[in-house]
Amino acid sequence: MSIFDSIRTALRAIAANRLRSGLTALGLVIGVASVIVLIAVGQGAQQGVQDRIRGLGSDLIFVKPAPQTDRSTGARGARDSGITLTAADADAIAGAKIHGVMGVAPQLAFNAQAIALSQNLGVTVIGTTPAYAEVRDAKVAQGNFIGVDDVDRRALTVVLGSAVAASLFPDGDAIGQQLRLALGPQGFNFRVIGVMETRGGTGEQDNYVFVPVPSLSARFQFLRNPRGDISVNQINVRTAPDAKQDPIEMEITTVLAQRHQVVTPDFTVQSQNDLVGAAAEVSRTLSILLGSIAGISLIVGGIGTMNIMLVSVTERTREIGIRRAVGARGIDVMRQFVTEAIALSLVGGLIGIGIGVGVAVEINGRDISGTAMQTAIQTWSIALAFGVALLVGLISGSYPAFRASRLDPILALRSE
Amino acid sequence: MILLDDIEKVYRTDAGEVRALDGVSLNVEAGEFIAIMGASGSGKSTMMNIIGLLDDPTAGRYLLDGADVSKLDDDTRSKLRGRLFGFVFQSYNLVPRMTAIEQVELPLLYQRLPNRRQMAMEALERVGLADRANHHPNQLSGGQQQRVAIARSLVVHPNVILADEPTGALDTKTSEEVMGIFADLAREQAITVVVVTHEQNIAEFTNRTVRMRDGRILSDEPRPHPAMAVEAASDEPAGHPVSEVAR
Repeated sequence: MSIFDSIRTALRAIAANRLRSGLTALGLVIGVASVIVLIAVGQGAQQGVQDRIRGLGSDLIFVKPAPQTDRSTGARGARDSGITLTAADADAIAGAKIHGVMGVAPQLAFNAQAIALSQNLGVTVIGTTPAYAEVRDAKVAQGNFIGVDDVDRRALTVVLGSAVAASLFPDGDAIGQQLRLALGPQGFNFRVIGVMETRGGTGEQDNYVFVPVPSLSARFQFLRNPRGDISVNQINVRTAPDAKQDPIEMEITTVLAQRHQVVTPDFTVQSQNDLVGAAAEVSRTLSILLGSIAGISLIVGGIGTMNIMLVSVTERTREIGIRRAVGARGIDVMRQFVTEAIALSLVGGLIGIGIGVGVAVEINGRDISGTAMQTAIQTWSIALAFGVALLVGLISGSYPAFRASRLDPILALRSE
Repeated sequence: MILLDDIEKVYRTDAGEVRALDGVSLNVEAGEFIAIMGASGSGKSTMMNIIGLLDDPTAGRYLLDGADVSKLDDDTRSKLRGRLFGFVFQSYNLVPRMTAIEQVELPLLYQRLPNRRQMAMEALERVGLADRANHHPNQLSGGQQQRVAIARSLVVHPNVILADEPTGALDTKTSEEVMGIFADLAREQAITVVVVTHEQNIAEFTNRTVRMRDGRILSDEPRPHPAMAVEAASDEPAGHPVSEVAR
């Protein structure tokens, strides 16, 4: 029997029992589709996390206060006493002239209500210095960023993130307007001097408003530490693109430890790469987990295929006997059933690819329990799933086919 | 043509050895129409399977056209079987999902012959079923199904047609038609036809009757004047067509 005849015979046998063929292929359809979808979800999550971290700006080192605990009582310090970093620390790092450091900007972040004439909005207030624009690669769309003069005068000036400007001043005339920033009972009027470009990503940074950090500390009493210093909750350090970050991190640690006169640092120094690496590790684990689950479903699908192929051989024992009587060799019978299994898994695999890609595209960007779903379809996952489906089909078809080829023609002809 | 020389066939079962054939010798010439008779267990089906290369003998020699075919491997037997033999069974043994013409094409598929559809159509015409070519078995009467099976057995122009109780499931009139077809094939195309039966009136159509008992040949008699069957002149089914009942 020629290959062409084998394929035709296989397709006819498949078409002759559509329900059973459909059920046989279904396991592989689900397996292939879930491999594609789950890997797309895993990779999407990985990409999302990495994009978000990179969106913070590249080549960055973050210095943050470490949680403080009172040695005598074991009690964790209160919020204001726990603030161990100050604006002066940022100046010190800048003043140390560490090789590879391009800029240093402190930031003091807290949530406040921004109130314009007719609109109001919850925003994140970032108290910082003019260096922030360069360090965090933040560009102004209209007006100016905070200037040195604003810091020196502790001026009540504010620069708005693009989303804040759009919400509070929908007419686009934000520059020069008054904006009240209220936190609890306290509130002060600030004058808008600039609007930032849209950062995109999660939109988090577009909901920032920037004010000179001394202006905040001067007015909001609770933002000062007990010594009266201007405390900040993060110092951003920008490094040269080709600079090695590890030695810079060490030098920053040395400078600050000396200033704080501590042996165990009361702060942490972390680079962008550390964050990306940690996050990538987490999402890679997630990808492997999802991939394994999908792989299992593919194998289960294959076992289903084998099961139904075995039933098919049993049901068609007499047909096998007839074929043997009219001149089919054992190998011809074997080839017929293997071809059927391959044809079924081919069809199942192709349908699975269609469904998998369809679902992955469909859920991309969908809001699922509050989080925007992100999927990234991987070509390799399609190839892998399809290849494995074919292999599984071949393997699970081979054993039943072998059994069929070994049937005694005389007994096969007599079977009911 | 077919020469069996002291053939033995022993089956080993859990209950012990079963001696199905116990020294059978038989010579059948080309174009002979021969009946093999005997009770069940007499060894007639086993002999048939050995002649048709579905089974191999435990001892003895089987010469087919002078060539020893007693000890061939499975693949060679399959090839020879497909080329030289046609089988007809009591239960027709048609594949339910195939149309009549496809059933008849099946042996040609394994011979890799061209013009399969045409050859199959000729075979169907030979048994008077050309107009049922696209019917499935469940749309044909028993007689028609058996005629499809005969068409399938003769499509490869075999040397031998082996028919195991071919009329066992058919009424008298249809049985006569079937035997008439066999007689014609033997006479006109010199095809050797071996019919296994336990009905004397069926054996009457043949030129020679071999009787078996307990794995041995009891008697072997020629029949100079066999009964002549009226071959089916029309395609009208004998008995009720299953198709009409099914609908």
